[in-house]
Amino acid sequence: MRAAPTGKPSVRFGRRAAAWLLVFAAIAAPLLPGPPALAGERLRMSTTTSTENSGLLGALLPPFEKRYGCKVDVIAVGTGKALKLGEAGDVDLVFVHARKLEDKFVADGFGVDRRDVMYNDFVLIGPAADPAEVRKTGSAVEALRRIAATRSVFVSRGDESGTHHKERELWRAAGVVPKGKWYLETGQGMGEVIYMAAQLRAYALADRGTYLAYRKKTDLAILHEGDEELWNPYGVMAVNPAKHPHVKYGLAMKFIDFITREEGQAIIASYKVDGKPLFFTYAPKGR
Amino acid sequence: MDFFLESLKASWSLILSLDRELFRAVWTSVYVSVWSIVFAALLGIPAGLAVGLLEVPFKRTVITGLNSLMAVPTVLIGLLVYGFISRQGPLGGWGLLFSPSAVIVGDALLAAPIVANYTLSSIRGAHAAILPTAMTLGAGRLRSVLKLLSEIRFGMMAAVISGFGRVISEVGVAMMLGGNILGYTRTMTTAIALETSKGEFALGIALGIILMSVALLVNIVFQILQRR
Repeated sequence: MRAAPTGKPSVRFGRRAAAWLLVFAAIAAPLLPGPPALAGERLRMSTTTSTENSGLLGALLPPFEKRYGCKVDVIAVGTGKALKLGEAGDVDLVFVHARKLEDKFVADGFGVDRRDVMYNDFVLIGPAADPAEVRKTGSAVEALRRIAATRSVFVSRGDESGTHHKERELWRAAGVVPKGKWYLETGQGMGEVIYMAAQLRAYALADRGTYLAYRKKTDLAILHEGDEELWNPYGVMAVNPAKHPHVKYGLAMKFIDFITREEGQAIIASYKVDGKPLFFTYAPKGR
Repeated sequence: MDFFLESLKASWSLILSLDRELFRAVWTSVYVSVWSIVFAALLGIPAGLAVGLLEVPFKRTVITGLNSLMAVPTVLIGLLVYGFISRQGPLGGWGLLFSPSAVIVGDALLAAPIVANYTLSSIRGAHAAILPTAMTLGAGRLRSVLKLLSEIRFGMMAAVISGFGRVISEVGVAMMLGGNILGYTRTMTTAIALETSKGEFALGIALGIILMSVALLVNIVFQILQRR
């Protein structure tokens, strides 16, 4: 480097030196320990957006990680994608909510040791003013028929998630093929969809946990709830080590034990947002 | 407007309080971007030099190809790399998917054509005059090329800076290949996307401010270095 020819060389040199120093620091930066704290094993879990968006995992994971000195990497996607990640062996375990898909996943040999973890229910939400007057209807199926008939805007997950599957099941039961400008297939997670519904003054199907977690930020109301077909059970299962020998089956089983036994179950049952429980555990059946 | 100002205020307090989650995301972004730009430079600068200096066959076509590669969407790169490094893919055994390394691979592939193109155009700007002049003045071939390289050093630096700007600001590759895992592969951009979707604007804005500051800092450094 040539020295600055004239002017205030000392000042310039100082700046240039500082600039070079920064460049070298930037080049050296990757040599420093990266973001992954490499202590302990990493367990990869794909799960639904509802378990993460609701904040439950924030309460559930730290005690487990602490006890086993490991780190749980959470990939929060729709149930469909979460199971696909398991099929491909890209995760070690799957924590989702779509019983039929889970059973197929196990039957096809991709998953093993499936266990029930908790449940909540789906709720039909929408603007409190309820322009389509779905409150007057007697069931979720009727409510959907009413939304379709009035062509009120409905925000769908559209992402093969558990909620999306449930929603399509309900549309089928209603004998309606949802299509048209009023039906928005967004391909987004549960939180996004609730948020979009609030912005668009639209209707949506949501799991109660995420709805409650988002209630403060939206002005949506529950317009229908309580039907038997709105029940929403969550299950956890390990990816079959016979199919994918690299998966961390042992650690996955420790996690499954943890969340289905007293300690994990107690955390789930006591997890509340604004004083309301988001998920419910099953009565102990002497597992 | 109130809502926006409130978020802005909250974002400043997050930055000033050195919020841990926030700085984790910043660090992951910087770490991943710096590594990927190092690899992108290792791929892109030689490629740009080769195309610019050597008599490669179908030169025009190669240059057009390089130019078009700059426009490849991040999600397409994400998709391709995903296909390779998923456990079902040919490189599945490496277990790279959903790790910072996966994002580095994708980002390096994203930035390499940019670095190559900028290197190439700085050569094309200097080439015509410098090489013949140096050689008429009696410099050997190697010395002439070295002279050319020193003439275009700022061009190459600009190439690296542009590539860096691209990778630190992109979200597609980081989301698809990193998986947005908290404290591991969550970068500034994926965190902004997530926080927006959750309606948590304060953290998003705080990250946006930091992202802009990093870009500003990089450009100031570059400006100072370019002064003679």
